[in-house]
Amino acid sequence: MPELHVIWEAVISLLLITAGVLSLIGALGLLRFKDFYMRLHGPTKSSTLGVGCTLIASVAYFWLQEGTPSAQEMLITLFLIITAPVSAHLLAMSALHHKLPLYERTQGEPVELKTKEKPQDSERT
Amino acid sequence: MIPATRWVPTPLLSLLLAAIWILVTSLSPGNILLGVVLGLIIPKLTQQFWDKQPDVKRPWLAIKYIFVLFIDIIVANFEVSRVILAIRRKPQPAFIVYPLSMSETFPITVLANTISLTPGTLSAHLRLHDGTLLIHALDVDDIDGMIRHIHERYELPLKEIFGC
Repeated sequence: MPELHVIWEAVISLLLITAGVLSLIGALGLLRFKDFYMRLHGPTKSSTLGVGCTLIASVAYFWLQEGTPSAQEMLITLFLIITAPVSAHLLAMSALHHKLPLYERTQGEPVELKTKEKPQDSERT
Repeated sequence: MIPATRWVPTPLLSLLLAAIWILVTSLSPGNILLGVVLGLIIPKLTQQFWDKQPDVKRPWLAIKYIFVLFIDIIVANFEVSRVILAIRRKPQPAFIVYPLSMSETFPITVLANTISLTPGTLSAHLRLHDGTLLIHALDVDDIDGMIRHIHERYELPLKEIFGC
């Protein structure tokens, strides 16, 4: 195995550490936030960059070690960026459907969360 | 951009499918052939499920948009991390009703995904019947400012890109 240049080693380590810290912060967010909607922000943001950094580090490492970049890993990042918001959107929609309670400091109350008095049929999309 | 024909209804999708197939497998003659075949067959088979979507009119603007989006994703991560780590400060979440000025589904999908990926906002519910998008913001003081920001930074470029 060829020895990696120390600068590359540092860059890859830094990426991995950033990834770990970001994922950890994302997980802490679950603990810290008070309602479902706020907790959704963690997985769409922190984990995207967390996983992204891990994958970039991995691509860089194997590229330098073996001399060929692995396109598959790049694709994982791409697909993750495409799919993460979709899953978050679906989770948010089902939360609205079940009328999960809001954190009391939330400003503005969406029609979707109001109780049954209003006709619900027009809300359907 | 590339004209559609009867047998290749969505040339860009065909190209993309072939490219992704070759990337996830390997660059060998057999896989290239299989990628091209898949790229031709899948769009033809699924054609009926696709609505006609507006074409990308300005590819260069699209590339610029993706670039801006990448930077904003990185900023978004640090913004959210900051909100999580600032223990003393209570975040001020908000539900925002964002008025859409487009009606084509594909640009709206791109906009909704962009909103979810960028700082402190998450698209929660698309109400096509009155053309608004319900956004949940993690920590916001100025709701009108945020609506204006989204409109200027993402929606106007998208409208230019898709020419609608």
